Amino acid sequence: MSETRVTPETLNLEVRIGGLRLQNPIMPASGAFGQEMDEVVDFNRIAAIVPKSITKEPRKGNLTPRVCEVPGGMINSIGIQSKGLEYYLAKTIPSFKGYDVPLISSISADSVEEFAEMAETIGALPEVAALELNISCPNLKGNGLAFGMDPEVTRRLMVRVKEVTDKPIIAKLSPNVTSIQEIAIAAEEGGADALNVANTILAMAIDIHSRRPKIGNVMGGLSGPSVKPIIVRMIYQVRQVSKLPIIGCGGVMNGEDAIEMMLAGATAVQVGTASFINPTALTDILEEIKGYMVQYQIRDVNELIGGVRIS
Amino acid sequence: MKAAKLRVLENRQVSERYWHMVVDAAELPDEVKPGQFFNVRCADEIYPLLRRPFSIYKINKRERTLEFLYLVKGVGTQRLTEIRAGEKADVFGPLGTGFNLNAEDGAMLMLARGVGIATLAALAQEAAEKGVRSVAVLSARSRNDLLAAETLESYGAKVYKVTDEEGNSDVASVGKLLEGIFREENITAAYTCGSKRLAELLQRMAADKHIFAEIALEENMGCAMGVCFACVCDIQEQDGSVRTVRVCKEGPVFPLEQVVIA
Repeated sequence: MSETRVTPETLNLEVRIGGLRLQNPIMPASGAFGQEMDEVVDFNRIAAIVPKSITKEPRKGNLTPRVCEVPGGMINSIGIQSKGLEYYLAKTIPSFKGYDVPLISSISADSVEEFAEMAETIGALPEVAALELNISCPNLKGNGLAFGMDPEVTRRLMVRVKEVTDKPIIAKLSPNVTSIQEIAIAAEEGGADALNVANTILAMAIDIHSRRPKIGNVMGGLSGPSVKPIIVRMIYQVRQVSKLPIIGCGGVMNGEDAIEMMLAGATAVQVGTASFINPTALTDILEEIKGYMVQYQIRDVNELIGGVRIS
Repeated sequence: MKAAKLRVLENRQVSERYWHMVVDAAELPDEVKPGQFFNVRCADEIYPLLRRPFSIYKINKRERTLEFLYLVKGVGTQRLTEIRAGEKADVFGPLGTGFNLNAEDGAMLMLARGVGIATLAALAQEAAEKGVRSVAVLSARSRNDLLAAETLESYGAKVYKVTDEEGNSDVASVGKLLEGIFREENITAAYTCGSKRLAELLQRMAADKHIFAEIALEENMGCAMGVCFACVCDIQEQDGSVRTVRVCKEGPVFPLEQVVIA
């Protein structure tokens, strides 16, 4: 007997990320999402809420201009402007209380101990479903150096954070390394529950008329369609060496891009820059994935994960 | 705020560097205020990728149309000129805060440079509708760039023009001109857009004369929704502390006295 035909109503979109059950694979990227977007996006339809990375102390962020456009992408150097942990606990987390999807807290810190301290505090909150450790922002330290460029530090950080919280830990890796596989292995050995591949790619643009950098901080992180092939490659590479679920992040503009990342090995996909161009990108991408699944009669979205055919 | 594809009724070049676009805004639910802006997609391509913020030039409530006056500066605005009447423009808005028309008991002064003139034109329009007298000092590179002057005059504004090519647009000259205007007109509110040096001048003069003043700021934007923190400026609070705020969300209109002009 032939199976019933797959329709939009019979699809299984649920995926699992380190013990987290997500209703679908599409969530926002930290730094490209905020409460303000609820006027245009139905948060209850996305996989998770991922507020902007939080630092322990308030941070002013970098000099303007903080964003510039380049062909196929944008460079940003926000520098994690942050109101600090106290504000985050008192205002940011409660502001997402009314939504029925998991909240993933993105944490940024300057030391292993500070990461652990913040993870302990935030991880203790019942409203928080998982922690994403942003060990890869290229805009915090000189010359674009990030915390997660050293495998030993990455391993140690994961071990330490796992000591202070039971919540699933997602390590947001840096693409600005010689071997992302090396860092991925270190994060897995340290106890990470999932990997985010990856953050923005260190970049620079110069205005030829003024001869000045187009970004106040000189260099910044490149995002948008131009980085997607690099991120797809990195997802594929990380998939070769790690069993952990991967959240793909970088340049997803539409459903096709998201499916491509899943075929490379991502279990879920984060959407950042696309929301700036199309405010309803998160839910539009989800609909496009559904359309693809119906087209190819794929009942379960998990069938896509790592489904690239390499002969 | 809403993302909408609005029918373009007109999109034409009005001077060497400026274009004028009229869109059918009937499907926009929100009331649009002078000083607010729309984030416009210039082309359905990955380059230009980001939307561009454009302030409202004219609000036609009865016809339910909106007008934008834009400077053709780079690849994005160049592509925007290729949209023809009858085609759709992908706009997101209205966004940000508007001006507070606060000159009912006197006249309002507008001080604008370049494309900042477009931002203040919608305010002049509202002033005319409410019977508020207005005076405008318009500064531009050349006489050719002073194209909103006639629009402002049609609203009954008294318009003074200064240009670089005539050599009367420097801060000292504009300062003298403003002193005269403050002496002769009963200016009770002032508004500025488009030039940091003119904004600094007006900030000093408005403080000296205890006049209500606002500024519409321009900044490179990412999301225009307040989530990315790309467009920021510093605001000085009354207690002396400095706070970094988002131009797209808390602005683009701010009390002039509070803005730290970098």
